[in-house]
Amino acid sequence: MTVFGAGGGTSSYREIEDADLIIFWGSNAREAHPIFFHHALKGIHKGAKVYAVDPRRSKTAEWADTWLGLDVGTDIALAYGIGREIIHAGLVNEAFIANATLGFEDYIAACEPWTLDVTSRETGVPAELIRELAHDYAKAKRAQLCWTLGITEHHNGTDNVRALCNLALLTGQVGRWGAGLVPVRGQNNVQGGGDMGAIPKNLPGFQDVGNPEHRAKFERLWGVTMPPKYGLTLSEMMEAMDEGHLTSVYIVGENPVQSDADTTAVARRLRNLDHLVVQDIFLTKTATFADVVLPSAAAWCESEGTFTSSERRVQLVRKALEPPGSAKDDVEIIRLVAQRLGHDWPIQTAEEIWDELREVSPAHHGMSYRLLNERGGLQWPFPDEDGPESPFLHGRLWEKDPAKRGRLAPFGIIEHKLPVDKLNDEFPLRLTTGRRLTDYNTGVQSGGFNSPIRVGACVDISPEDMVRLGINEGETVRVSSRRGSVLAAARRDPGLRPGLLFMACNFPDEMDTNALTIEANDPIAKTAEFKATAVKVEKTNEPLPEEGIMADAADHERQHKELATVN
Amino acid sequence: MNAHDPGAAGRMNKSVPLVTITIDGEEVSVPDGSTILTACNAAGKDTPTLCYGDTLTPKNACRVCMVELKGSRVLVPSCSRKVQPGMEVLTDSERVRHSRRLVLELLGSSVDLSTTPRIDEWMARYDADPDRYGERAGESLRRDVHEPGEHHAGNGSVAATMSQPVKIDNDLFVRDYSKCILCYKCVDACGVQWQNSFAIQIAGRGFDSQISTEFAAELPDSACVFCGNCVEVCPTGALSFKSEYDMRADGTWDESQQTQTTTICTYCGVGCNLNLHVQDNKIVKVTAPHDHDVNHGNLCIKGRFGFQHVQNRTDDDKD
Repeated sequence: MTVFGAGGGTSSYREIEDADLIIFWGSNAREAHPIFFHHALKGIHKGAKVYAVDPRRSKTAEWADTWLGLDVGTDIALAYGIGREIIHAGLVNEAFIANATLGFEDYIAACEPWTLDVTSRETGVPAELIRELAHDYAKAKRAQLCWTLGITEHHNGTDNVRALCNLALLTGQVGRWGAGLVPVRGQNNVQGGGDMGAIPKNLPGFQDVGNPEHRAKFERLWGVTMPPKYGLTLSEMMEAMDEGHLTSVYIVGENPVQSDADTTAVARRLRNLDHLVVQDIFLTKTATFADVVLPSAAAWCESEGTFTSSERRVQLVRKALEPPGSAKDDVEIIRLVAQRLGHDWPIQTAEEIWDELREVSPAHHGMSYRLLNERGGLQWPFPDEDGPESPFLHGRLWEKDPAKRGRLAPFGIIEHKLPVDKLNDEFPLRLTTGRRLTDYNTGVQSGGFNSPIRVGACVDISPEDMVRLGINEGETVRVSSRRGSVLAAARRDPGLRPGLLFMACNFPDEMDTNALTIEANDPIAKTAEFKATAVKVEKTNEPLPEEGIMADAADHERQHKELATVN
Repeated sequence: MNAHDPGAAGRMNKSVPLVTITIDGEEVSVPDGSTILTACNAAGKDTPTLCYGDTLTPKNACRVCMVELKGSRVLVPSCSRKVQPGMEVLTDSERVRHSRRLVLELLGSSVDLSTTPRIDEWMARYDADPDRYGERAGESLRRDVHEPGEHHAGNGSVAATMSQPVKIDNDLFVRDYSKCILCYKCVDACGVQWQNSFAIQIAGRGFDSQISTEFAAELPDSACVFCGNCVEVCPTGALSFKSEYDMRADGTWDESQQTQTTTICTYCGVGCNLNLHVQDNKIVKVTAPHDHDVNHGNLCIKGRFGFQHVQNRTDDDKD
């Protein structure tokens, strides 16, 4: 987060229990993060008021006092409208703004066009609800502003995040117990992966590849000279593959042929490579494109290490099972690959590797395995083994002493831009995608068990659209976008407004949702716009491709057999 | 296990004063606000409990933890009664032993306690004889279909029981209400205390009471979201994982051959702690540590049941 200078949620889960206002903005936490929602429920039962800002009246919105059903991709407009209302109602936190922020005058100017009426017209949210949220957020003692992929999976996801940060700066709803900004992470270790440097510009521990001092520290430790150049992001790699600069790829634990937007284009790129290595626990669809498959142990139960959660908590992962066949720990595979490349790396335990990280990452320095074990995990920053934990970040912004306060937090001056995939007469419906409670990502893991509440591969349609299009529940429809077309069973969802469709992305073998989505990437985070696709829906008599769940399970078994023969 | 962030109260540096009471003639001090049960544990008194749950509000349902409190006309439930300075508590007096024996006998005569941990030990300790109420009545097929107010009193020739057919209506967990002591823990875990799904409640009155879904619908047709947080807190095995149920039926369930490993869930980014119970290199069930303040023993359907992908193994894969 460039606003505050550290990429992590500012609060602990425990804090939402003490909040008096909770906003879920583009977050269906009730289904996507059920146990985080338990903490929110504690706050709700203690009287916290809840707003849900979401195009869908989701399971989370059902728990809200007020639902703001905005049009997909109008988050920045809504945030500006809220900001302007707070400013005009005289509810800004002037002391905090003067003490801790930069660029307030520019922010006022940027808000100015967004009157309640203009905002209401652009977003589809009634003016009165915008006003109500603005006033409640500004007046709350402790407000938690939570978001998930509904904010980030847009062509301008980074701008969306900045729009929300602006609201926290405007009202001082950050850096205090109970007041914070909470991006709830979608995957078990997406926080840890970034923290450990799996971001092309970063070295482990939030250090910059381009910074010679940071690099020097790693060079001393490893006795090598490191290239000062930033790496490529996933979407830049896709471009480089298109342009023919990138000809060999090594993919670890990722299934881009099914998980990335515009899957047809991804498959074409992987097919054109000179060499593709895939390291995974299954022979995923991506692995079927590989020249070499390296079977790995499942990180969460067949291997040792750490995961870092959405509240910046580093927790120990422990081995409970022996991995099957010749599957190996990821660390061991990488060591063996290095060995073939002529580097004799030592065999190290997970703890030894962690201690190496602690040497170079000040934020993790105090986190010994002993303490992580004794205390059920620790939240970064934790530089000192005897030191206190940091339940929330950026308390420094409230310090009067400039030395303690540090870098001021800038307001982000951003522009509202509608989704790239425009609606027109041919593609008049807006498709948004996501996860359901019982399913996860491309189904590689969640497809393995028989969930009694799995609705499977289907497209959710509003009751009004079903009537208009003459579609009945369970009938097969063809959903088409400018890039692709899939068959799906129609499912009635009264939580959808007319014109809005929803599809889960968890059943790519039966319903390749990402054949429809657009590869319009955020210029900074490089996240694709999974949440906004222009589509049309037609009734069809074509049969659905596969029998839902059972076929999925059978498929995994088949894949697994093949995996065994690869070795 | 975890002693991390103490919350707002902890940050305000409030130190909690200690309260001293006497248990069986020995003094013991515990933090103000503790229960007599906490004090009993601190004093090394082994107190039987069934409806007590370390993550739940005391329900005072089972009455097996009763202790004698000097000055109190009746015995008091140790799991919910808070300590007060100077209390004199007896845990093994004749009144306490008599009460515990009767509670165990009544439960034992009406409920199948065969999978209740430590029950044999307690029965022996209190000389309980559940068989003295006579032969047990057979299975009832009508517990789910009582009309309100309908009740047929027995004639005393057999001991009334909870006995009824096992409910197997999904692949994840099994409801064997012949083993149910109506302790309400599952209802509380499903309801306002944790999951807030409200899929189950007590239906019926008195001895006809039964944990049930709305209109006794099968679980997949109810409000259940299959988090298994009810199974986590069930004290008798009335609720059990299908994997455990099947292995017990096959005679292959062997806790002496099982390991328990705490790790972190592989799904979303919340970081729930899991206990993997492993037998013969297979996960046979998943529980969660109650004392960890990320998830307090709770999980969602994926964390609790979504492990099958690591053990759809073929014979070729086995070492």
